[in-house]
Amino acid sequence: MSSQEETFLLSLTINGQTVQVPAGTTILDAAQTVGIQIPTICYHPSLTANAVCRLCAVEVIGARTLQPACVVTVESGMVVNTETARVNEARRVILELLASTVDLRQAPEIQAYIEQYGARVGRFVGGVARDFNVFDDNPFYIRDYSQCVMCWRCIQVCAEDVQHTFALTWGGRGIQSYVATAFGEDMPDTTCVFCGNCVGVCPTGALKGKVEFDLERNTADSRRE
Amino acid sequence: MQADQVIGSTCPYCGVGCQVSLNIKDEHILRVEAPFDAAPNYGRLCVKGRFGLDYVHHQSRLKAPLIRHTPQPPGQRSPARYPDDWHEATWDEALDLVVRRLLELRWQHGPDSITANACAKATNEDNYLLQKYVRGVLGTNNVDHCTRLCHAGSVAALQLAIGSSAMSNAIAEMKNLECFIVTGSNTTENHPVIGTFLKEAVHQNGAQLIVVDPRQIEMTRFAHLWLRQRPGTDTALFNAMANVILKENLYDEEFIAARTEGFEEYAQSLQGKTPEWAAEITGVPAEDIRAAARIYARAKAAAIYWGMGISQSTHGTDNALTLVNLALLCGHVGRPGTGLNPLRGQNNVQGCSDAGGMPNVYTAYQPVTDPQVRLKFEKAWHTCLSHQPGLTTTEMVDGILTGRVKGWYVMGENPLMSEPDLNHARQAIQHLEFFVAQDIFFNETNVYADVILPAASFAEKDGTFTNSDRRVQRIRKAIPAPGQARADWEIVSELARRSITRICQAADEHTDSPSADMDRVICHSSEQMLAEWIYAHPSEIWEEMRSVTPDFYGITYQRIDQEGGVHWPCPTLDHPGSPYLFAKSFPRGRGKFWPVAYGTDSELPDDEYPFTLSTGRLLYHWHGGTLSRASALTDIWPECTVEMHPQDAGHLSLQTGDWVDVSSRRGAITARLLVTGRSPQGTVFIPFHFVEAAANVLTDLRLDERAKIPDYKVCAVRIAKATAAPIRPGAETPLTQRGTIKDPTAP
Repeated sequence: MSSQEETFLLSLTINGQTVQVPAGTTILDAAQTVGIQIPTICYHPSLTANAVCRLCAVEVIGARTLQPACVVTVESGMVVNTETARVNEARRVILELLASTVDLRQAPEIQAYIEQYGARVGRFVGGVARDFNVFDDNPFYIRDYSQCVMCWRCIQVCAEDVQHTFALTWGGRGIQSYVATAFGEDMPDTTCVFCGNCVGVCPTGALKGKVEFDLERNTADSRRE
Repeated sequence: MQADQVIGSTCPYCGVGCQVSLNIKDEHILRVEAPFDAAPNYGRLCVKGRFGLDYVHHQSRLKAPLIRHTPQPPGQRSPARYPDDWHEATWDEALDLVVRRLLELRWQHGPDSITANACAKATNEDNYLLQKYVRGVLGTNNVDHCTRLCHAGSVAALQLAIGSSAMSNAIAEMKNLECFIVTGSNTTENHPVIGTFLKEAVHQNGAQLIVVDPRQIEMTRFAHLWLRQRPGTDTALFNAMANVILKENLYDEEFIAARTEGFEEYAQSLQGKTPEWAAEITGVPAEDIRAAARIYARAKAAAIYWGMGISQSTHGTDNALTLVNLALLCGHVGRPGTGLNPLRGQNNVQGCSDAGGMPNVYTAYQPVTDPQVRLKFEKAWHTCLSHQPGLTTTEMVDGILTGRVKGWYVMGENPLMSEPDLNHARQAIQHLEFFVAQDIFFNETNVYADVILPAASFAEKDGTFTNSDRRVQRIRKAIPAPGQARADWEIVSELARRSITRICQAADEHTDSPSADMDRVICHSSEQMLAEWIYAHPSEIWEEMRSVTPDFYGITYQRIDQEGGVHWPCPTLDHPGSPYLFAKSFPRGRGKFWPVAYGTDSELPDDEYPFTLSTGRLLYHWHGGTLSRASALTDIWPECTVEMHPQDAGHLSLQTGDWVDVSSRRGAITARLLVTGRSPQGTVFIPFHFVEAAANVLTDLRLDERAKIPDYKVCAVRIAKATAAPIRPGAETPLTQRGTIKDPTAP
């Protein structure tokens, strides 16, 4: 961005407040400048935003559909509402669908959203749930994709956002899709350098250090005894 | 799982100085995270920082002071590897023994008969106190540390040419680079987080990267140009680049006129050093040398990053000087995105040097030979100080053999893995009269000691580390130390107080000792000294350190807590710190060009020993292995591998996994072969982490004249298939089924 663009401020309205931000700012960041928090799951401030989870959807007057605030950039005169009934209904359904397919017990932030938006976690129970065996194939971290919300952060941090190692990718299709290694190889056989930057950005317990994993398992075992 | 508490600290592995959040549960490190908003790593970590800190909980940590059962006569000192060889002592018993023996040597043979190793893994405060003790109480400047073995060549060159040896630009600038050279640095393995920023500069910022390295390291995949010179021919290559820049008028006339000296002589020296001349020597095509010169010189801003490949050589100083010359020639220093950046190895090798852990300087490179400086420290420490620069690490070993050195105090280092020609070093150590070591583990060196003092790890104490870009950052106590282990600064100040008391008690009996004059001064000011050797917390040590060090004066614990870290030089409390150096001038005034002639004193291959050996490091291990092999890291790369080019392996009918004997004129080791195109033909690469196949048994003692740094990157070896596999854990498992061991260049 050239310095000229940077200094060029746009004016818009978010929840009735006038906001002035440089062109190129996302709705999410613009809202933040006036203290309006928009909920997110897949978004991470250090990574490329991909609008995968859609929890950040907001209503933009004049737009046909809800707009993902993490990627849509502001326009002059835009009128944005971040907490309308339509928005909240969409968020509730997203959370209800996630809760019915993914083990969210170790995702405290998502739990808090479920509470906040009054999502009924049992609403879609009975459908296909994500069910994978834990990949425990290296000395440092495990991958438990039954806890994965497919936010894409791990794949990106492993690719061009940080590590440039490209050990992770998408595997499977539709409801069966999951984060995978090339040809399903064990981690030590991939390009993985075990930096664990993927573990560092995982919003649920899907990626977890071995120390923590073993400790939880032992604690659970000793409780059972 | 919820942590009981989260403590902000600094990673204890490499010089990047990544900020870590230690999540503690029941006095254990449950997980290691990194804050996303904090420099220098902004949430990034590598495998060592995130998963390799478990060594602090290892069962073999030293938990009590240990004293050898059998006295060790000089000349017959032997290693004591079994618990039965030692008895657990009280701190009083151990400290009194150390003080008694050290002072006996001091009285009998003079203060210079004692040498000490400071520690690049310990804090600034630990090291400041160690050198204060050695200088101000024992009375010798014999204190040095492993900086001698890693960047001494760079330090010497930078001191000669610009008068300051630190990295000139900040890590935070890296992702915005336009153009940069990486040479002699396997950045993605040895400074992995810096590696990610450099990759980002290329990939996201479109920077042009020139890699100059004989090995096909990962950075070559991101390079615009990769110049694969023959090992040890660096000066020819960089001189030829300068020749091109000169001939094609690509140099910065204004900068040269305003900021440098010695240009005419230097320009003269480049005559005839054409790319064609260099191509003969280096094996790099002349056109590539021209292209590299043009890219570097034409860039608006261009930086140079280098590592051990430059400095660890018999001509390490020359290597680094050719890089400095290039930067001065093009004016690529003193602005963001430019600079001369030696990437420091240890977490606190910068800080240990800054804190005075070197034989010729006090804190922040104030020379011991400067009477004004010495007077300042004598006043501050209430003692008298030696004006004689001390011995370097490499000279200490020879000092023992010549009888000059009798007593050795090693704080946290492991010279019997890291010194060159280990058999020679081991022989030397056997001749010590008294040897005290301070460490968190048994290692290959301290098993020779008379006394071992158990120290606290980085997670068990407070203090500061200074990273590669001169940023002073905090470590914070997160868990209790095991058993009776104590922080290094506590141990050193205990030793100092006891030494002062004993000197006062017994000075009368030693009036004809070489240290008698000093004893009188110490007796006279003992009350003040004893009072000032009491420190309640490392922050008090830092306060003292900054009061005697103008460059640190503006840095306080409070500021570090608020700002995350402060880059020195920082002369006043309202000074913002210095992320990049030399904007207006160099510490020596003008930058000086130093003509460098091509030539080498290294041991080159011949018919008897036909291969060149380069040693170095792996992503998954740390130096002598004391830490990383007491960690989960050792599961992923469990054994030593000898990297050999496929064509060489073909000639010798060897393949990956074969056991080979590698021998040099100094010794021999046995390890498994990893066939890979990473090293060029004729060169083998062996990491030096593995005691069972210690690469430094093979390396050569030859030193760089000026820097006293050994030649770890070039020596001559012979390779033959081993007659039988050694008996080692895991030896029956095929090599490539162990952890992640594989050919790193395989498609």
